[in-house]
Amino acid sequence: MNLLGRSLLDIPDLRPEEVLFLIEEALKLKAFESSQKEQVLPQASGKSVALLFFEPSTRTRTSFQMAAYRLGLRVLKLEAVGSSHQKGETIFDTARNVEALSPHAMVIRHGGSGVPGQISKLLKIPVINAGDGFHAHPTQALLDAFTIRESFPQLRGLHVLIIGDIAHSRVARSNIHCLRGFGAQITVCAPPTLVPPLATEWGVRVTSRLDEELPKADVVMALRMQTERQSTFQVPSIKEYTSRFGLTDERLGKIAKHAIIMHPGPVNRGIEMTSAVLEDPRCKVLEQVHNGVLMRAVLLSEILGVPRGKNL
Amino acid sequence: MSLTIKNAHLFDPSTGLNSSGSIVIDGGKIIEVIKGKNADSGKVVDAGGQHLMPGFIDLHVHFREPGQENKETIATGSRAAASGGFTTVCAMPNTNPVNDSGIVTAFMMERIRATSVVRTYPIGAISQNLAGQSMAAINGMIQNGCVALSDDGRCVMNAYLLRKTMEYVSSYDIPIVEHCEDENLVGQGCMNEGLVSSQIGLRGIPHAAEDVIVSRDISLSAHTASRLHLAHLSSKGAVEALATAKARGLKVTGEVTPHHLLLTDESLRNYDTNYKMAPPLRTEQDRKALVDALRSGIIDCIATDHAPHCIEDKDVEFGQAANGVIGLETAFATCMKLVEKRELSLERLVESLTASPARAFKFEDRGQLKAGMLADLVIVDPKLKWKITKDSFFSKSSNSPFIGWDVTGRVLATYVDGREVFNLEKGITV
Repeated sequence: MNLLGRSLLDIPDLRPEEVLFLIEEALKLKAFESSQKEQVLPQASGKSVALLFFEPSTRTRTSFQMAAYRLGLRVLKLEAVGSSHQKGETIFDTARNVEALSPHAMVIRHGGSGVPGQISKLLKIPVINAGDGFHAHPTQALLDAFTIRESFPQLRGLHVLIIGDIAHSRVARSNIHCLRGFGAQITVCAPPTLVPPLATEWGVRVTSRLDEELPKADVVMALRMQTERQSTFQVPSIKEYTSRFGLTDERLGKIAKHAIIMHPGPVNRGIEMTSAVLEDPRCKVLEQVHNGVLMRAVLLSEILGVPRGKNL
Repeated sequence: MSLTIKNAHLFDPSTGLNSSGSIVIDGGKIIEVIKGKNADSGKVVDAGGQHLMPGFIDLHVHFREPGQENKETIATGSRAAASGGFTTVCAMPNTNPVNDSGIVTAFMMERIRATSVVRTYPIGAISQNLAGQSMAAINGMIQNGCVALSDDGRCVMNAYLLRKTMEYVSSYDIPIVEHCEDENLVGQGCMNEGLVSSQIGLRGIPHAAEDVIVSRDISLSAHTASRLHLAHLSSKGAVEALATAKARGLKVTGEVTPHHLLLTDESLRNYDTNYKMAPPLRTEQDRKALVDALRSGIIDCIATDHAPHCIEDKDVEFGQAANGVIGLETAFATCMKLVEKRELSLERLVESLTASPARAFKFEDRGQLKAGMLADLVIVDPKLKWKITKDSFFSKSSNSPFIGWDVTGRVLATYVDGREVFNLEKGITV
């Protein structure tokens, strides 16, 4: 396994054995972490990572920040929402300027599909895609695969049900890429307006009948619903969306005992899932957040060549 | 003094001309087409056995003057045209200010007289400021030299405005040129809606965005018995609608760009903004339908939609990038790929750059090698190989998807009004 100096822009950048390696290392890290009585303070690694977030993000940004902290990395944070654009600088110029500050890697979130990939072609340092437009969110897919793997001995053959706004979801795209690669069977359940064109050619089943699908699923993954979608004619109302596609108290009973419930966050309580669902023991939403830090720490340590053993 | 171009391979599919011979020019007109032997009256130019064709006609360019002279001017755009073999070009009105009145048209005509090296004609706006709300100052534009009306870049979304404009201009006998894209269906789309858009996560533009407007406009053209020219067709459905309209004998014509004939949305996987234009590149099925329709004559002609943009407008994220690519200097050579692949004959390619566009816009004095026609000519080596590079453009801009292509077929010299304006060795010669 050698990820040293490599960029991660999309799931296909990783070979399946590399994904499995990252998951195994994250599992080891978690076991090590729980064996410690108190958190070990990180030692300075002498390396730095720049976080460029061109789109508002709390979860992914703080997750990368915490992962970097645990590896003893220096973090250069640039929240460029509007700032450099307003000064007339292009995103590509901003990236070149940040590289000139000499960080060892760059983590990029941008609302435009393809932007981290375009930037990576301009830079010498590795680029990690922290989510681009509707295109890809590979670290989310890795942490989700890690979370699923914690509950099931293998990914092959698992029935994964992804519910909601697939069309505008980079999380859905990357998860489908990743989980299909390991032989999971994926069904997407959404109103037809929120299914991307020709989604069946991705090798997934497409349906709008949630109640028929819930009992069959090993993994139930709800996606975040953008509440402004009703103004762009995607659904008649958010209330109607919830009545057809929300994980409600009634639907909780239809989910298999052994199944797990996931959501990339942040959850619109009462829209994608009710409070009872969030509090159900099968719900792994907070576990996903916790695992995200571990997975990103493993990834950063591999890409930057920073040891992680002692630092957790 | 007269000029004779001798030792030429006379090539004009519209008159069936395909033999060696010479052409005698005087007073800016073709005086005589002599097959089989060489004349030598007046000044003599030896074409070296190369193809001599009517000068190319492009019904659709953007020269950005007035207003965006950093991207292109009438001077640089017309030089790009000359080097690509085009002797007549029609410039769209989406300038700044918009060409929506006689005053702007008059200004453009002045700039054309002073700086254009080929015949450049303005196209006037359909609606004031291209806003789609009210008719532009049509009479003034036409009196000053506009040859057609179009809101190109925008679709005329108000069908009633389009209907009344069609009725109003029928007294002038000029065509309405429509940019067929329903703006509500386009929305924030920036590429063709299909498997590629779905995989790479860009918002798509469905085929229906073009098809519904093509069908609507054909109905309006039938209702008003007016001339309609459909700009830059991109979809199979639009081609089928045009075929039906022609079968009904309606006064509808259509054009297609080299990029829609040669490229598909598969090219977008790298998010290269030099493949971004409106309408978008579509699928291989559409591309084939466009080539078939051009071959059969359902689509009348090739037009470049030459749309220069500076680096700042293209070197941004895909969704934000400007629409359009340049094409005047690469049109012939890139379309020769279709001839090489046997998708199109050289005869039909040349006709779709000469006699066919002349017919669509009723330019009755050009587009053919015949006595009495304007002496707008091009000498072409269809076998000359060259590489398209960023530095090979006379255009001020270099937003071309064809940079890096190895192509065959090149313009050696261009004549306007019997005068050489471009020569491959010497460059622009006026």
